[in-house]
Amino acid sequence: MTSQTPDTTASQACASAPLAGQERYVAPLDETPLQQVDSIDESQPASSMWAEAWRTLRRNPLFIVSAVLIVLVLLVAFFPSLFAKGDPNYCDLEHSLDPAGPGHPFGYDLMGCDVYTRTVYGTRASLSVGVLTTILVVIVGGLIGALAGYFGGWVDAVLSRITDIFYAIPLLLGAIVVLQMFRTSESIWKVVFVLALFGWVSVARITRGSVMEAKNLEFNTASEALGLSRIKNLFRHVIPNSLAPVIVVATTSLGTYIVSEATLSFLGIGLPSTMVSWGGDISAAQSLLRVAPSVLFWPSLALAITVLSFIMMGDAVRDALDPKSRTL
Amino acid sequence: MGRYLLRRVLQMIPVIIGTTLLIYALVFALPGDPVKAMFGEKPVNDAVAAQIRAEYNLDKPFIVQYLLFLKNALTLDFGNTFSGRPVIDVIGDAFPITIRLALMAFVFEGVFGVIFGIIAGLKKGKWYDSVILIVSLLLISVPTFVTGFVGQYLFGVKWQILPVTAGRNPGFIDLLLPACVLGSVSMAYIIRLTRTEVASNKTADYVRTARAKGMSNRKVTMRHILRNSLIPVVTYLGADLGSLMGGAMITERIFNIQGIGNTLWQGILRGEATLVVSIVTLLVFVFVVCNLVVDLLYAVLDPRIRYE
Repeated sequence: MTSQTPDTTASQACASAPLAGQERYVAPLDETPLQQVDSIDESQPASSMWAEAWRTLRRNPLFIVSAVLIVLVLLVAFFPSLFAKGDPNYCDLEHSLDPAGPGHPFGYDLMGCDVYTRTVYGTRASLSVGVLTTILVVIVGGLIGALAGYFGGWVDAVLSRITDIFYAIPLLLGAIVVLQMFRTSESIWKVVFVLALFGWVSVARITRGSVMEAKNLEFNTASEALGLSRIKNLFRHVIPNSLAPVIVVATTSLGTYIVSEATLSFLGIGLPSTMVSWGGDISAAQSLLRVAPSVLFWPSLALAITVLSFIMMGDAVRDALDPKSRTL
Repeated sequence: MGRYLLRRVLQMIPVIIGTTLLIYALVFALPGDPVKAMFGEKPVNDAVAAQIRAEYNLDKPFIVQYLLFLKNALTLDFGNTFSGRPVIDVIGDAFPITIRLALMAFVFEGVFGVIFGIIAGLKKGKWYDSVILIVSLLLISVPTFVTGFVGQYLFGVKWQILPVTAGRNPGFIDLLLPACVLGSVSMAYIIRLTRTEVASNKTADYVRTARAKGMSNRKVTMRHILRNSLIPVVTYLGADLGSLMGGAMITERIFNIQGIGNTLWQGILRGEATLVVSIVTLLVFVFVVCNLVVDLLYAVLDPRIRYE
């Protein structure tokens, strides 16, 4: 920067008259010296892919909005009593379908329960199903996909055929057939297990492809040449390098599982009816749509916002981890 | 191409056997005695029960039941329902309705999804791009049954432009709203997919080359941007036709359509293993065939892909 002033004056001088020994005007070199551009501070450790991704993420408004929403939803799920004073199961028929009033911003449902309190308390059920299913799906699908992609050969052949079989059964269809068996069960685990049973396939397929790509990279040959065992190599090098697409799919699927849970609860085979959940409340409100649409509206809105924030988060993470497939 | 097709068709066989076995095992594990369920509250004579068990192969071990089912299924004989009607008749009544519904949803999501996706992708950053994006995100995050209720309420009850429920033999108008509801989520995914593809192809090198050659804007869009953008969209659409039929269960229940989804739901409620497995087999078969067709369409759309 400091050297710019003499340079410009020199070029102006050149423009007016050719230098001695020159027949015509020659523009001076105005490039930045190469050393300055290419100098890399080698004393600093190279920033990893994750650090790069984090830097991109922080600047993405999509990420900020969805992160704030997700933190809010998590807070509501963990500490519902901070947001709603009353008891979600306390209902007074005297208030049946009463409109919103002070302290009860969303009004009352048919049984006279406070819609706001129920919506707040319903967060936990929906979110736990989404999070637990995603964790299970990533573990099972990730492991099967990684083994199939890494070892290839007959391992891949067997695992891929199993994946094909599960892939051919649509998530909701399979879930309905299986959940029918556990109608009487009162736990949320049945929904989690059944959604995971038919949901792991998408993660397995993505992991397989991504592992197959990562295992042929040079650093694996290097680490194997250095004597790392194949299994260690898989967990130390291949899996961390193929995680990015899996994280993206997992984040987006989390929203899908929440929607599926609500759909199953709507059919009466999802979460037990004694549990406060958005799906159950929406299902109960369906018949009231003509009389009191707000009873249906609030839990649906809460559900939509939660799902939306996870989908937006998935988009933001994809932009950060895979710049090739930017959505914005 | 012929060899590839043959290999793919042969690969379908283990998938279909595996899926039916899985579903059969799951349905077989359903608690409750189906014979008792048939008679409802009435007490059952032991001899009658034994005869019914023999007639429906319920007395045989699971794997024998399954193999018998598979053997008969090859001749399209799926046995009888508990009320005595051949399963194939029940499916024959219900399936055309679901096919009509799924095809209408398919056309709806394909046409509107691609059109809105292209508009949004070509004019990225304009206000209508944002509107299209927000609406598609909303459609994804609201469950189908809520969209269904709201649609039913607005179009059927409040404005009374479309029928609230479809009757016994639904026509085009009866199925219009259910089809839009059924296709709405996939339409949103197609919008997002098309938009991303169009936007990334718009700045591709070959598009710049085509423009530099002096090709008209219209031709560049039609021949280069769209053709390349639509390949992943076609994959998605093809795979989706199969899942639309499975997902029709919710829509058919909301709008009271007597299609395959409703029949399946009734079968599950009554514990009719043969009916459930037959319908699921059919749906899986449709799904697998759709995926095969998609793979073959690839070669037509993308000349770089050739099957040997």
